[in-house]
Amino acid sequence: MCFQLFRIFLGIGAFTLGGGYAMLSMVEKAIVEQKKWVKEDEFWDMITVVQTIPGVFAINTALYVGYKIKGFRGAASAALGAALPSFLIILLVAIFFVQIKDNEIVERIFKGIRPCVVALILAPSIKMIQSAKLTWKTIFIPIAAALLIWQCGFSPILIIIVATTGGLLWGMYRKWI
Amino acid sequence: MDLIYLSYVFFKIGLFGFGGGYCMISLIQHEVVDNYGWMTSQSFADILAISQMTPGPISINTATYVGYTVAGLSGSIIATLALCLPSILMMFFVIRFLFKHKDNKYIAYIFSGLKPAVAGLILAAALLLMNKENFSDVGLDNKNISIIICAATFMASFFWKVNAMILIAVSGVAGFLLF
Repeated sequence: MCFQLFRIFLGIGAFTLGGGYAMLSMVEKAIVEQKKWVKEDEFWDMITVVQTIPGVFAINTALYVGYKIKGFRGAASAALGAALPSFLIILLVAIFFVQIKDNEIVERIFKGIRPCVVALILAPSIKMIQSAKLTWKTIFIPIAAALLIWQCGFSPILIIIVATTGGLLWGMYRKWI
Repeated sequence: MDLIYLSYVFFKIGLFGFGGGYCMISLIQHEVVDNYGWMTSQSFADILAISQMTPGPISINTATYVGYTVAGLSGSIIATLALCLPSILMMFFVIRFLFKHKDNKYIAYIFSGLKPAVAGLILAAALLLMNKENFSDVGLDNKNISIIICAATFMASFFWKVNAMILIAVSGVAGFLLF
């Protein structure tokens, strides 16, 4: 069973593009529909919790699904399977890319790609600001966070700590009054 | 010494990386580009593009790549393991506590502050990448192709939800033809 878990997550890690959330439907299909190791509602309950914890989402998902099915050995097998493909692929890229990076054609291609990468990060941040349903009172949070990191060189970790404690205290205060 | 710094930095990123891969970009950028100078802003943008085109989480891809460029094979293994270590350590706590208190109101409070801040973190990552290194031809007497590419891909991604891989491929061709 551990080997099967390893193999399932290896396949998912090797073929899902677009980060952790893209892999969810594949995990669900393999674990819930085909193998029937976990019930549908149990699976989504688990994902709801996993989304609230820090770390690599794909690894966390593998750890908890693996643990649920076969304890710590299951968790280790699933997480290893999920991490191995991207590790190996990037290792190859790193070895290979260093050699062709200064090639004139590669440099021109990447000159075009770099502005596109900026746009690809900008777009989800604006979408997140929209989906957070901010009011005129709370819109200052993302703007202040961005300015402090961008212009004042604040650590994003500090912003995360302040935002979590701030949210906790504000929630408790509102409940209390 | 590099290995110790690598494991420290990526452990920290794994421990505080809330809110998915895009949020982690901001954390990784702060440590790897600004604090330790392991990478230029330019090669950081390159590795982000490569991450978008290859399978697997952006954070694992970046950890492996940075680890390799800083300290070779052992660096890539150490950085990737350090990134995943907090998740493994936290499992004990999460299984005992969080699964039993799924609808905990304090967690909802925490996320009410965290969500808007994470959006700001991602915004900062994009703003930090908007520099002379990544926009090489910006200026009044220049062609400003990079700004046009950025604006066009932003609209295509934001309004029409065009796939990231397609946008990277088209921008690569545009860069090859126009620069």
